[in-house]
Amino acid sequence: MKAKNNNIVIWITLFIALLLSIMPLPIGFDAFRPNWALLVLTYWSLALPNRVNVLFAWVIGFVIDVLLGSVLGINAFATALVIYVSANNYQKIRNFSLWQQSLIIGLFIALFHLTVFWLQRMVLDVDFSMHYLKPVITSAIIWPIIFLLLRKVRRQFQVH
Amino acid sequence: MKPIFLDGYSSHRRMFLALVLSSAFIYCDHKLASFDVVRGYLQSFVSPLQYLANSPKQLMDFASKNIISRNQLMIDNKRYQRQELLLKEELLQLDILKQENNRLRKLLASPIRSDYKKMVAEILAVDSDPYTHQVVINRGSDDGIFEGQPVVNENGVVGQVLHVGLNNSRVLLLSDITHAIPLRVERNGIRAIAKGTGSVTQMEIAHMPHSTDIKVGDIMLTSGLGGRFPEGYPVAVVSFVADSSNREFAHITVKPLVELNRLRYLLLLWPQTKIENPPVIAEPINNNPVASKAKNEG
Repeated sequence: MKAKNNNIVIWITLFIALLLSIMPLPIGFDAFRPNWALLVLTYWSLALPNRVNVLFAWVIGFVIDVLLGSVLGINAFATALVIYVSANNYQKIRNFSLWQQSLIIGLFIALFHLTVFWLQRMVLDVDFSMHYLKPVITSAIIWPIIFLLLRKVRRQFQVH
Repeated sequence: MKPIFLDGYSSHRRMFLALVLSSAFIYCDHKLASFDVVRGYLQSFVSPLQYLANSPKQLMDFASKNIISRNQLMIDNKRYQRQELLLKEELLQLDILKQENNRLRKLLASPIRSDYKKMVAEILAVDSDPYTHQVVINRGSDDGIFEGQPVVNENGVVGQVLHVGLNNSRVLLLSDITHAIPLRVERNGIRAIAKGTGSVTQMEIAHMPHSTDIKVGDIMLTSGLGGRFPEGYPVAVVSFVADSSNREFAHITVKPLVELNRLRYLLLLWPQTKIENPPVIAEPINNNPVASKAKNEG
């Protein structure tokens, strides 16, 4: 085992994911933006559950809160919750096929968006709309690509 | 020995800690006004990320500005010249009116209104929370931006500054559900408060009796009563008035004059900072290298 564990790779992938999650998209696609940061976090939590843990996810969620200008703590909590579920079941999820994983990820993203909605509802008085769940579809579709890409990155740079 | 506790805390404890932290932050951010200072620091902390996310758009803008055809430039130039002529003529009229108004105000012993400081800001192309209506601008406390500052554009009021970072800030738009603005009807001076509804084309007038004389098509201006927005800026046009009296108050909706989903350049106002002489727009213009070169040669 190498002494170096290339933590920086995790940070770089997350940095790119954060950039992608605030980059402007054409108005039609905007509602369908995959939840990049959460997908990348989920991958790392499945691959290295002892490195990317709940509090790490909370910090990333907190940065998302600041970036998006939402009430602080909302995205942080929802992200931590999803990573909590995935980190507790990483051994099961790892054994699923890629498409089964996609479905699970879809559920995770739905959990995330419903949690965010529920918290926003407490603070703001918003009404539910199915638009809030659009990222679930795109995130689930894009998961196999993210998974294979990040696995390649992880093996290439020997992150462990 | 089993390495159970190698990991430090268990994920259950971590989750509990995350829950406590989140609740604390949600409470502080939502309820405590003094928390805005922290927000400001965090806002400046993420500004590099926002500027980086904005860079592809800047690149495209730069490209489209440079690739523009000569013919197009000439057409534009002509149009601007004509527009300038018309505007200057109106300005002459305005100057006379202003003097007259000042004289009349002096006769009435009212304070004379003077111009105030303004600054142009550009919107950064970054996404915001889908539950709120906010935009990020490229000016911050380094430029003297303050919280609650009124923001307008060429069509009317846009909103107010929400969080200030060092070189970026967030502007809360009129249409946000947490925003309300004091207005008066241009035609007869009836005062009202318009609340955002979360839709960019619609705001609601709150607590207006049925008998009030407000009609569809009336223009609403800022009344200046809240002390936050200066008086007289156009805000919205009345789009719907319900005549049914089964509600306690009249149901009136207004449509913002500014197209809140197509903003690009904004104007920040300093209503407290008066300027005596001609209106100056405080704008750190990056001097056009071509123009300055031409000047040097000429």
